Amino acid sequence: MAGNASRWLCLLAAVLVAGLTAATARAELRIDITKGVSEPIPLAVTDMVGPNGEPSDYGADISRVIAADLERSGLFKPIDNKAFIQKAGDIKTLPRFGDWRVINAQALVQGRAHLVTDGRLRVEFRLWDVFAEQQMVGLAYYTIPDNWRRVAHIIADAIYKRLTGESGYFDTRIVYISESGPPNRRVKRLAIMDQDGANHRFLTDGSALVLTPRFSPTLQEITYLSYYGNLPRVYIFNIDTGRQEILGDFPGMTFSPRFSPDGKKVIMSMAKDGNSEIYVMDLQTRIAKQLTRHSGIDTSPSYSPDSQRVVFNSDRGGSQQLYVMDADGRGVRRISYNKGRYATPVWSPRGDLIAFTKILKGTFYIGVMRPDGSGERLLAKDFLVEAPTWSPNGRVLMFFRQGRTTADGKGGKSRLWTIDLTGHNEREIITPVDASDPAWSPLIP
Amino acid sequence: MRIKILGILAAVALVSACETASEGSGKSSGSGVANAKPVEVYSPPLGGSAGVRAGSQEDLVVNVGDRVFFGFDQFNLTNDARQTLDKQVAWLKGNPSVTVTIEGHADERGTREYNLALGERRANAVKDYLAAMGVNPARVKTISYGKEKPVALGSNEAAWRQNRRSVTTVGGAGS
Repeated sequence: MAGNASRWLCLLAAVLVAGLTAATARAELRIDITKGVSEPIPLAVTDMVGPNGEPSDYGADISRVIAADLERSGLFKPIDNKAFIQKAGDIKTLPRFGDWRVINAQALVQGRAHLVTDGRLRVEFRLWDVFAEQQMVGLAYYTIPDNWRRVAHIIADAIYKRLTGESGYFDTRIVYISESGPPNRRVKRLAIMDQDGANHRFLTDGSALVLTPRFSPTLQEITYLSYYGNLPRVYIFNIDTGRQEILGDFPGMTFSPRFSPDGKKVIMSMAKDGNSEIYVMDLQTRIAKQLTRHSGIDTSPSYSPDSQRVVFNSDRGGSQQLYVMDADGRGVRRISYNKGRYATPVWSPRGDLIAFTKILKGTFYIGVMRPDGSGERLLAKDFLVEAPTWSPNGRVLMFFRQGRTTADGKGGKSRLWTIDLTGHNEREIITPVDASDPAWSPLIP
Repeated sequence: MRIKILGILAAVALVSACETASEGSGKSSGSGVANAKPVEVYSPPLGGSAGVRAGSQEDLVVNVGDRVFFGFDQFNLTNDARQTLDKQVAWLKGNPSVTVTIEGHADERGTREYNLALGERRANAVKDYLAAMGVNPARVKTISYGKEKPVALGSNEAAWRQNRRSVTTVGGAGS
């Protein structure tokens, strides 16, 4: 993994391809993703071809990944290739739009993928509005061939953005806790993967219990809780070097860490003499500042995207609820007032909502509310659902769901799931073994 | 094993009676002890018989009781918990070189980070009690495992009750 960041630099700036336009003027194809359930848009993603229109191994794989990304979003329904009348087709000529209208494809993705003389992979795609007979976007990329999946995600993001007006979230990663073994002897490891589950990799060997990983905004670092040496402390893991570093020298357990939006600070809890308070540590000066002072539990802090406020979890009012304070610790006010216990608040990257876990009458829920506590909506529920994390565009939540365990230790399966902010399109993210505590990265820089 | 425990209980009762009697105000011994508060006194196991070494984890588990239980989302000590901890105090006084770590645990019906904080509270409630009863706090460390290390399996109230616990362990890490 070392040097990966510099490898990505090989990915050249996208080149805008001159649009071929057809004459007809029509309302532009556009999807409103703020609506509730709506029929996914049928679209065709043809296998990308070589420079002379011949089949391309990379092209077929890239197209498959693009189609899978778009399908999982729930907004698009890729049409089965077997239904295509015009096969792949080269991008040098206009598509036969009539052939695509017949199979009701509203959008068409075509492209080329081939190795060029210097060994790099060149990938070019075009997105067509089939009914308007117009090109909506066309871009080309150069990269090392090993990065073909990443190019596919970048293209899927470009298509998503062009059709919805919102940034995509496919060129992202997930860090999470991989779990194996019986519940009383569980082995937990840090693991990282692409948002679609590909390129899965373990970061720790399972010898120390690890929990609650979270990305830095640059994705170069992960902050998490490790029980290394039987001392539960917040650590920082450097993805490039593999180095694990304890954060600060605290007299008690540090836990529930999260980076500030600029990545220069880590906000977390520290427990001393049984009482948990929220601290923020400046990563340059290594000076920690105490933000809360209360005999109640104060934990799970999360910054607003403008860094002005912090939402956190406290039982200072007698039960577990959500509170917001200014970034300097002043102005604490409770925001959750409905029935039940509230936990794990996470501020949306858009700033408009706070996601949480709620426990009511023995059932766990994933929900969202506005930062003032109004407009609560519950999106998912089960015996145990916990730890929501936002897609970078603030449209999708990932969380983990754990089943019941039987008295002989069976069951208790724990898996990652996503659900749209609309409450629809619930999907499992496939992991090699059990999984918990997901954290969704920002778009890869 | 059962016989041995009974033997120790008898010894405890005997010593209690003697101590209480000695605190009496001039009354003749042998009477007036019924209302006196018993004092837990630990008698080390007799060496050799069952191989339980005095001051070991096994000694603590077998002869004293290594854990106490808590109510849902609670960290206050119940009467049962205090009784067990009184025995631990006596045991710690009887084994003055032993240091312990109090593990705080929670059941699975809470969220991870909150449960870490709750486990910390439970471990410290025990530590504070031991200290209040005269155990040097420097001998007692704490560590919270939240809901990470259940002892009873099964998603049911009986298991959850077992898992809402503190466990006193000989040696161990923590802070």
